[in-house]
Amino acid sequence: MLPRDLKPELFSGYPPEARKLVDNYIGVLRRLPLSFLPNLLREAIEFDYRFPPERKALEQELANLNSLSAEQFAGWLQGFAQIHLSAALENLDWINAPAQFVEQLSSYLWTTHQLDAFRTAAVAYAERLRTAVKAEPPALPRLGITVIGQGVESYDGPLFRKLRPHGAYYSRVDQEEGLGVLLEVVAARAKANPAPYAHWYVDGGRAAPSDPALTTVSYSALESARAALLAKMRADIGRPGMGPEALRTHLAQLRPVDLGVSPGDEVLDRFRVKMLTEGSGTQIFSTTFAQWTAREALRRAQPITLLVRFAPRQRQRPMNELLSASSESTELDPIGSLVDADMGAYYNWLNQQRLPGADQSAFLVWFEGHGHAMAIGPTTPRGTTSSSKTTLRDLARSLF
Amino acid sequence: MKFRATSAEQDLARQLAWSRREFLRTGAAMALGSTLLPGGTALAGVRTKKRKVVVITFGGGARDQETFAPEGQENIPHLMRELIPQSAFFTQVVNRGILGHYVATASLATGVYETINNFASLPPENPTVFEYFRKDLKRPSTDAWVVAPSNGFNRIGESNHRAYGAGLGANVILPKHLLTAAISGRSTDYDHLIRDNYESPLFAPDLGGSEFQLQQLEMMLKLSVDDFKSHALTLSSPDELSVYVARRLMRQLAPSLLWITMHDIDIAHAGAYSLYIEGIRRTDRLCAEMWKAIQSEPEYAGNTTLFILPDFGRDSDGDSGGNGFQHHRTGDALSRTTWMMAIGPGIREGVVYDRPVQSTDLVPTLGSLLGFSPSLAQGHPVAELL
Repeated sequence: MLPRDLKPELFSGYPPEARKLVDNYIGVLRRLPLSFLPNLLREAIEFDYRFPPERKALEQELANLNSLSAEQFAGWLQGFAQIHLSAALENLDWINAPAQFVEQLSSYLWTTHQLDAFRTAAVAYAERLRTAVKAEPPALPRLGITVIGQGVESYDGPLFRKLRPHGAYYSRVDQEEGLGVLLEVVAARAKANPAPYAHWYVDGGRAAPSDPALTTVSYSALESARAALLAKMRADIGRPGMGPEALRTHLAQLRPVDLGVSPGDEVLDRFRVKMLTEGSGTQIFSTTFAQWTAREALRRAQPITLLVRFAPRQRQRPMNELLSASSESTELDPIGSLVDADMGAYYNWLNQQRLPGADQSAFLVWFEGHGHAMAIGPTTPRGTTSSSKTTLRDLARSLF
Repeated sequence: MKFRATSAEQDLARQLAWSRREFLRTGAAMALGSTLLPGGTALAGVRTKKRKVVVITFGGGARDQETFAPEGQENIPHLMRELIPQSAFFTQVVNRGILGHYVATASLATGVYETINNFASLPPENPTVFEYFRKDLKRPSTDAWVVAPSNGFNRIGESNHRAYGAGLGANVILPKHLLTAAISGRSTDYDHLIRDNYESPLFAPDLGGSEFQLQQLEMMLKLSVDDFKSHALTLSSPDELSVYVARRLMRQLAPSLLWITMHDIDIAHAGAYSLYIEGIRRTDRLCAEMWKAIQSEPEYAGNTTLFILPDFGRDSDGDSGGNGFQHHRTGDALSRTTWMMAIGPGIREGVVYDRPVQSTDLVPTLGSLLGFSPSLAQGHPVAELL
């Protein structure tokens, strides 16, 4: 099966919105090289469960491809057209299982030494797309807040080393009101600028009570889904012929209902489950879960407000034991978790800065329960240190 | 659809090499190799028949910012202060193959970019350095050994190449497997030493090939099962167990070609930065321990060249397609560009070489040092070491 043979009825297995999208652009889909098209279909088949910015980006990309002249089209896709694929790949059901195709394509590109050529084609395409489809700035400047170090009594090591060159370090922050103040700040933004999935609160432990205007994801709330997932993984491993790739494919196909998640907001439920099924280490370390969830929320939902609170993760044990999810009491590693979260805060900032409007974005990171914080914003002096007394509320307010 | 954008790969690799050189010049007082005359004293005075080589590879590289860059040097005090000043250091070792640990180690050991399934129990398709060494030099099986981290590496010692293969490879010890057999699965006290392959922690391929058996422990290493178990209890990680076994091998059998693959750093795949840093610090310490062991063992002192190199790098923070230190999936310049140090008699000390070499150059270099002909290897001998 090749793209030129595509017909609308072949997409009957797609959800309704996705089917409509494919119908609208079937002409241009037929012209795309097979090394490219399933990447696009992987997004399209999930269209009904995507966040608004993802939907918009896909529609814009398809509209752009549709608007290209024949000559332009050939130029844009030239690199992909030169990738040689095997008959086995062509025979895969890449319409209904595009993600599996992409996984096998990746393996094929590595083994046939075509990965670099694919990378070059992909980078060139992305550059052209970025130029052709201008990203819109957010409705208001983004604010990212990261809270690290929960449960740490004292820590003498350096913190925020990666972030310090980009903003101001405060060593005497009055944090009596603590997390509650920060939750108030993000809730106020959510109420003043309501939009679907625009204001998030991610917690690596048990989420504190928060305003329903916030989109909330917490490690604790996914405990039963996590246990169900680990049980499935253990069962899968014992099956004949099951290998890492097959397991990965199987996990990626799991839906919220498969892990016992009660039906609710399907877009958000799918996102939550994907954090466990598609993340690496998210099933065992809460710090990894919080960082990966923040990364994916930023990449996919592009929130204008994101509060991430790291919690202590379990102490390292052999991986097989960690994955067994035994009911024995879990020993925690607060200091190790602080180091994880310190790096996680840097990644949260980096990922926020990859989004449109980065020059106006602001970021605050606070060592929970301690008087240390960092602020980064368009008007914040860079690489500075302040020992003046301040409060979390004032710091947050100063950023937007 | 989202694709990441980067600068030209070659520019990045050159920039990386330049940074490493500058870090080492200031941090470890190294000289730039291109300013020196070609070496002519390599291994002078070391008789060929006594020459030995120890290779340490890391499964899972560490990035410069956690190692050679100023902020990372605190994690590698032994490399910076003890080993690098005595070594010839290559800042730009490029791996153009598949970035999976088993297949990349197989590529290092064959001098050919292997394309075997990273997660299957398969031998390399091209002759390994051990087969060239043993066949060309007519060495017994006790003269070539591999100490490797997980079950997945059990076929690394011997290819399935028609002209080489069966009976010509290295002995392979999988210390974790050995320990599992020794305790017969009855104790949890050793769990921290039997950690998994972090790239795919749930899977361990079935064993096969010429694997070292438990009963050989006492016969070859002069180590009782009880002593092995007792000593293992004093260790904190799988790589410590590997180094312990390697040292025992050196003491009892003194192989001329010893290859150790470490793996603790690869805990990074679980996404916990603090554990990744712990792995780097432990590996740094273990490398220094191995060099001290080489210097203190009469069979090795003064006639052994030690090579240390990661199999490849890790993703950069700047590539939005990856997730920083956690993986090596982007195929970007940082994940492909690593380093190598060589240390031993006849090797220029305290010299940095910027020119790019490839992972596949290791086997031809070992061939030139030890006197065998790796005729099917794709790489070239590194002239600066000969």
